[in-house]
Amino acid sequence: MSGRKVAIVGAGMTQFMRRALETPKELAWLAAKSALEAAEMSLNQIDCVVLGSAPDAFDGLHMKGENLSDGCGAWQKPYLRCYVGGGTGVYAVAQAWFHVASGLFDTALVVCEEKMSGCLPHPQAAFLTIFDHVTEQPLKPNLLWIFALEQTRYMQTYGIGLEEIARVSVKNKRNALDHPAAQLGAKLTVKDVLASEVMAWPVHRLMVSPTSDGAAALVLAGEEIARRITDRPVWVQGVGWSLDTAYWTNRNLAYPEYLEKAAWMAYHMAGIREPAKEINIAEPYDPFAYKELHHLEGLQLAPKGQAPKLLADGVFDLGGDLPVTPSGGLLGVGNPIAAAGLMKICELYWQLRGEAGARQVPGKPERGVAQAWGDLMQVGTVVVVGTKEPS
Amino acid sequence: MSNRIAIIGIGFTALKPSTPQQSFKELMFEAAQKAYLDAGVHSGEIDSFVTCAEDLNEGLSIFDEYTPDQLGAVQKPMHTLTQDGLHGIADAFMQIRAGIAERVVVEAHSKASNVKTPGGVLDYALDPFYNRPLAFNAHALAGLEMNAFLHETGTSIDGCTGVVVKNRSNALRNPVAAYPLALDSTYVESSPYVAYPLREAEIAKRADGCVVIVLAHEKKAPTTRSKRVWVRGIGFANDSATLESREWIRAEYARLAAASAYRQASIQQPREIDLFEVDDSYAYKELQHLVALGLYTDGAEAGRSLEAGETGLRGKMPVNVSGGALGMGLPLEASGLYRVVELVLQLRGEAGPRQLSDVRLGLAQSWRGVPTTSGAVVVLETE
Repeated sequence: MSGRKVAIVGAGMTQFMRRALETPKELAWLAAKSALEAAEMSLNQIDCVVLGSAPDAFDGLHMKGENLSDGCGAWQKPYLRCYVGGGTGVYAVAQAWFHVASGLFDTALVVCEEKMSGCLPHPQAAFLTIFDHVTEQPLKPNLLWIFALEQTRYMQTYGIGLEEIARVSVKNKRNALDHPAAQLGAKLTVKDVLASEVMAWPVHRLMVSPTSDGAAALVLAGEEIARRITDRPVWVQGVGWSLDTAYWTNRNLAYPEYLEKAAWMAYHMAGIREPAKEINIAEPYDPFAYKELHHLEGLQLAPKGQAPKLLADGVFDLGGDLPVTPSGGLLGVGNPIAAAGLMKICELYWQLRGEAGARQVPGKPERGVAQAWGDLMQVGTVVVVGTKEPS
Repeated sequence: MSNRIAIIGIGFTALKPSTPQQSFKELMFEAAQKAYLDAGVHSGEIDSFVTCAEDLNEGLSIFDEYTPDQLGAVQKPMHTLTQDGLHGIADAFMQIRAGIAERVVVEAHSKASNVKTPGGVLDYALDPFYNRPLAFNAHALAGLEMNAFLHETGTSIDGCTGVVVKNRSNALRNPVAAYPLALDSTYVESSPYVAYPLREAEIAKRADGCVVIVLAHEKKAPTTRSKRVWVRGIGFANDSATLESREWIRAEYARLAAASAYRQASIQQPREIDLFEVDDSYAYKELQHLVALGLYTDGAEAGRSLEAGETGLRGKMPVNVSGGALGMGLPLEASGLYRVVELVLQLRGEAGPRQLSDVRLGLAQSWRGVPTTSGAVVVLETE
């Protein structure tokens, strides 16, 4: 890494819920304030703000970033709103990383917010507008349908059974029971998941993350300042992102190549050669149960088509060799799009500092990877963080 | 080691009131091909891509989905900013400084002619709880601010009229401008009020177009070109998104952004700069922005200097020789990048009939329009 070393020094989030009474600005500020308080900093010590929020259509707002900016603390401050659809929450940390690593800013506040409940009757309707006007919108597709296509392709290619995928929901919703901000923690069995309503075959209701309102925030600082703020900074060791073609129908849906590229970009930067051995915790993006497995393979943490077997063997449990989604993920904590991605990095921050309470991963983990995904099954964003200072 | 960053390639399409013959993807492809040719690079040699777009202007949610193919960016690091092209330049600058990329492309475009109800879209930019229920068009905010600006600073209305005359006349010499016009002040004075004291002729009209810029670290900047253009300083800032608590009259966002760019470029005083390309999406904004950039102490002085010809094509401090947004057209998020294009052409000595002599240092500034207080500044220099 040639830039300046950058660390996370504070994290905060709001409760994730189906329908928050707060306005989007208020949610953003609640998360920003709790991250600042965790770092024992005030807003005037923040040099710049990076904000993330997914489609403007949810809020019915044009230039949504401008409206949200002061709620995120970007009052008379430089701020950028970065945007890669569902991948935004993790990407925002990469964005903030190069703000500070460039030497232009010493501290950055990252705030991701989403309020989906304002979109009536259901935010799924807003997703119709993400599809190509000419070739796709006339078919009236929605996210459940296209992800059902991808899940089918994944199952078909590697001979994966539905009950193997249902185990992801069981694990993540159970982990979420120990997360104080979670929306949908639950104690379930594989049978319960498979007995839930079929939304678009093979996707069952309990394999889908909820729609949520919520916000999350982090404070990043350059090395000199980070050490003054805390004696346990969590270092940003690697960042990576990659965007694939818009023509998703022409792509290999069984394996996320774009994610492989993004992951290796981050791993090279972090000096990681054997990801499965060198990473202690993974927080892959799990808006649908199969996505966690799909992403673990793209992240090089499981061989192609083998993630379901490792899950069944308990490797990804809280006490397993590679705990995956100890937070409870999008399936359990909730899915306020951009905020859900950032929540995953908040989780790594708490886990690596040993502050994750009842869901603490045992054995003093030193390094974690968080990942998000979005657009038309198209973008991979990856951040590697750890307790060891980058060399 | 030196850490300079250069603009090694520019590509742009001519601005037009509408472009039915090209889709936004085709506009992007044209600008990208020209930029890569100008830079002497292949898309495969570019490390990272930044695009600038707003969903509601595009009529598509999560618009970044549709950006990679026509730029040659498939399976490459790429992201979108929902901000002006100058914010994109700042983003690329930081990526190169941080050492994560050596060549970065910035793209922004406008397909404004596809927006059937631009006023309706703009209404959706107003705060949904406190402002939108009042049902005023967002242009009224510019009228309110203009009135306050004229009143508080003693700026004469003739100064605003003069901006329109200067910029649209300048556009006559710019082959890519969409709205060049040979005019005098009576044209402006006979134009109807949109929101008193703002007249229709003082509002920049939208245009379609696309710009692609290639930036590179010094070690990847080809030495074959006689005049290389360096990014000497960048700045971007927000004031207050909330109408009720903002600093009206002064363009605080532009002052903050300029302060940062001047610091990086070691500019002690703005008169060191040879030419300015500033936001003039409403005529009074050019005067207000020049004050925020530190060129004049107040709007009255800015207006008098304009009337004396100081900011004209042959003046000491040329402003918007390109024609500005009033003359070129307002290409939404690409506005800032068309200003960068003008600076690069002028600094390279390739600006044709409007070429200024002895220009070394130029400044571009952008503002995101009503109801925002968000903008950016870029300072470019040639050797």
